[in-house]
Amino acid sequence: MDDVAWTRTEMLGPEAPPASAVGIVGWMRANLFSTWLNVILTVAALGAIWLLASHIVPFFAHSVWNASSYSECREIVARTWGEGASGACLAVIRERWKQFFFGFYPADYYWRPTLAFILMFVALAPVLFSSLPRKMLWFSAIFPGVAYWLLWGGSIFFPIAIYLGFVAGYVAFRVAERGPSFLPPLAAAVVTIVWWLFIAGPLANLLPDIGLPAVQSKQFGGFMLSMTIGVTGIAFSLPLGVLLALGRRSDMLFVKWISVGFIEFIRGVPLITLLLVASFLLNIFMPPGTNFDIILRVIIMVTLFAAAYMAEVIRGGLAALPRGQYEGADSLGLNYWQATRLVIMPQALKISIPGIVNTFIGLFKDTTLVAIIGLLDPVGLITSIRANSAWNGIVWELYGFVGFMFFICCFGMSRYSQYLERRLRTDRH
Amino acid sequence: MADTHPVDASDLEPVDKSALKVSDQVAIEIIDMNKWYGQFHVLRDINLTVRRGERIVIAGPSGSGKSTLIRCINRLEEHQKGKIIVDGVELTSDLKNIDKVRSEVGMVFQHFNLFPHLTILENCTLAPIWVRKVPKKEAEETAMHYLRKVKIPEQALKYPGQLSGGQQQRVAIARSLCMKPRIMLFDEPTSALDPEMIKEVLDTMIELAEEGMTMLCVTHEMGFAQAVANRVIFMDQGQIVEQNEPREFFNNPRNERTKLFLSQILGH
Ligand SMILES: Nc1ncnc2c1ncn2[C@@H]1O[C@H](COP(=O)(O)OP(=O)(O)OP(=O)(O)O)[C@@H](O)[C@H]1O
Ligand SMILES: [Mg+2]
Repeated sequence: MDDVAWTRTEMLGPEAPPASAVGIVGWMRANLFSTWLNVILTVAALGAIWLLASHIVPFFAHSVWNASSYSECREIVARTWGEGASGACLAVIRERWKQFFFGFYPADYYWRPTLAFILMFVALAPVLFSSLPRKMLWFSAIFPGVAYWLLWGGSIFFPIAIYLGFVAGYVAFRVAERGPSFLPPLAAAVVTIVWWLFIAGPLANLLPDIGLPAVQSKQFGGFMLSMTIGVTGIAFSLPLGVLLALGRRSDMLFVKWISVGFIEFIRGVPLITLLLVASFLLNIFMPPGTNFDIILRVIIMVTLFAAAYMAEVIRGGLAALPRGQYEGADSLGLNYWQATRLVIMPQALKISIPGIVNTFIGLFKDTTLVAIIGLLDPVGLITSIRANSAWNGIVWELYGFVGFMFFICCFGMSRYSQYLERRLRTDRH
Repeated sequence: MADTHPVDASDLEPVDKSALKVSDQVAIEIIDMNKWYGQFHVLRDINLTVRRGERIVIAGPSGSGKSTLIRCINRLEEHQKGKIIVDGVELTSDLKNIDKVRSEVGMVFQHFNLFPHLTILENCTLAPIWVRKVPKKEAEETAMHYLRKVKIPEQALKYPGQLSGGQQQRVAIARSLCMKPRIMLFDEPTSALDPEMIKEVLDTMIELAEEGMTMLCVTHEMGFAQAVANRVIFMDQGQIVEQNEPREFFNNPRNERTKLFLSQILGH
C-alpha cells in the first residue's frame, strides 16, 4: 500500500483564469444566461424595458419648452410630430419654476433662501464627512440660526437670543452636575425652555431691530418649504428620537412612562391628523392674540412624528448591542452619560443607519402632506397650477417633475447611508 | 466543563511565589453578603477578606455563583444583604461611590467586551481621558506602555474585530491597566479562547501577579492556580465551600464536593 503516502515535490504557480470566466462575455454568461430560466428572465426583462422606453423616450423627445398654455403645447406637438403623437409639455415648468422653488417668496429676496441652501451644504459637510476639519462643526451649530434669519428675516438678535438659551442650559447642566445623574439634563432642559418661553422674546425686543426685512410664513412655498420643514424635522427628530429611545429603556419609571406614552401615542395617530391639529386646533388652546407661526407648528408636528419612529428604530439598535458593551463601559468607571455617548450610542446608531435613513426619507416625503392644510408645497402648487385655465388638464409633467426632484433628494440620502455603512465597518479592512 | 483546557503548571513561566508579598492592608472586605435573582438565592452568606497583593483563584461548578460574586465587587450586580467594602469605599446605591470603585477596579471578561467601533488605542485611552481626565497625549503614552507590556503595540491602530481572540483579551487587560487599577477581577478570561492562545493570556496575567497586583480570578485553569494563586476558593450552590492555599487545596481537598469537582476537572 505504498501509494497511500504521497508528497508534492514542486509547488504549482498561479495561472490566468480561462477566457470564458472573465470579461464582458464571461460576465454575461455568468449573470444573464447561466440557465434556461435565466435566459427567459433576461429576455422578458429586455422586453419590458423596451416597452417602457418606447413610450417614455418619444414623450420626452417631443417635449415642448416654449408655450403659454397646455392647449398650445398640444398644438405644437401635433403640428411637429403628427396627430396623436405624445409630447411632454415642459413649458409649464419653464413658466412656473420660480414658484416651484420659492413659492410666493418676494423675488427680490430669492438670494436669501438660495444662500441658506448653499450654506446648508457647508454646514452638513463636516457632519457627513469625518475627514473634514472638526472646527467646521461650529458653523454647523450656528447654521440653523443663520438659516432662520435668512429665510424669515427680522432682527438678528432674535436667533441670538434663542441661542443664548442653549448657553443658559449648558450653565445649568454644569451647575447641577454635582447632584444625582438625572439632575443635569433635567436642569438644562428646564432652564432652556424657560429661557425660550419667557426671556428670549423680550430680550430680542429690547435690543435694536437690526436685520433683514421680514418675510411672512404664508409667502413660503415650493421646494423651499419642503426643504425647510424636511431638513429641520430631520435635524431635530434624530436627537429627540435618541432621548426617547434612552427614556424608554430608563430605570426611572416616570421617564420611562412619559417616553412610552409619547411614542405610542404619536405612532398610533396618522400624521395628517397631527397636521390638522397643528393648523386648526392649536390656536384654540393658545391665548388669544398669540401668533404661533404655522410653519413652526408644522415643523414641530413633523419632528415629533418622526422622532417617535426614530426612537423605535434606535431602540432596535440598542437592543442589538450585547450586554457586554454596557458592562465593559461600566467596569471602566464611565458614568451613564459618558457610556451612552462614547460607547453605546455610536454603535447603536451605526446598527440603526438603514432604519434612521428610512425614517428621514419618509419624513421628507411626508412634508407633501402639508398641502392638505393649505400650505403651498410643490404638491399644493400643482393643485393651484392645474386650477389655472391655461394649464388645466396637465398631469404627468407636473407630478413627474415634483416626483423627480423628491427622488433626487431621497436617492441622495440613500446613497449616503450606504457610503456611511461601508465607512463605519470596522470588522474587516 | 467541556470548554476547559487545563494548562499544565509546567507550561507556564515559573513564578517565585515567596517573592510575592501580601500586605496586611485590606483591599476588599465582604461581610455576610447575600444576593437574590428574584426568588433565587444565588449568593449565600459570603464572607471574604482580600488583602492587598493577594492572588485569589475562584473555582467551582457551572452555576455556582462565581461570576455573580466577582461582578458584585464592582457592582455590575447589586447585592441585597450584607456589606461589600472595596478600598475603604462601601458599595451602596450611591452612583458616585460606584463609579469611584469601578475606576479603581479593573475587570476582564470572558468575551473581552472591547468596543468594536474604537481602535485598540482608543479602547485603551477612552476611560483615562473621560474618567481620569488625563490629557489625550499622556493617555496615549500610557496606553502604548501597557500595549507593549501585553506585547501587541503594533496593533494599536487596528480595530478589535481584526485581532485574534488571545490578542483581544490581552488588549482588554491592557485597557483595564490603563486606569491604573488597584485591584483586577478576571471572569474566566481564557475560556473563550483556543488552546494555543490561552498561554499567552495566562503569561500576561502571571506577569501582572509578579508586579504585586491584587487579583481575583475565576478560572478553570488549575495550572495557573497552582503557579500563581496564594489562595483558592471553591464555591458551590452560591456558597464558599472551601478555601485553602493551592498546594493543600489540590492535594488534600477536605469537602466532598471539592473532591468530586477536582476529580472531574483534573482526572482526565
Ligand atoms: N441575570 C440573572 N437572572 C437570573 N438568574 C441568573 C442571572 N445571572 C445568573 N443567574 C443564575 O445564577 C446562578 C449563578 O450564575 P453565575 O453566572 O454566577 O455562575 P458561574 O459560577 O459563573 O457559572 P459558569 O461557570 O457557568 O460561568 C446560575 O444558576 C444562573 O443561572
Ligand atoms: Mg461565570
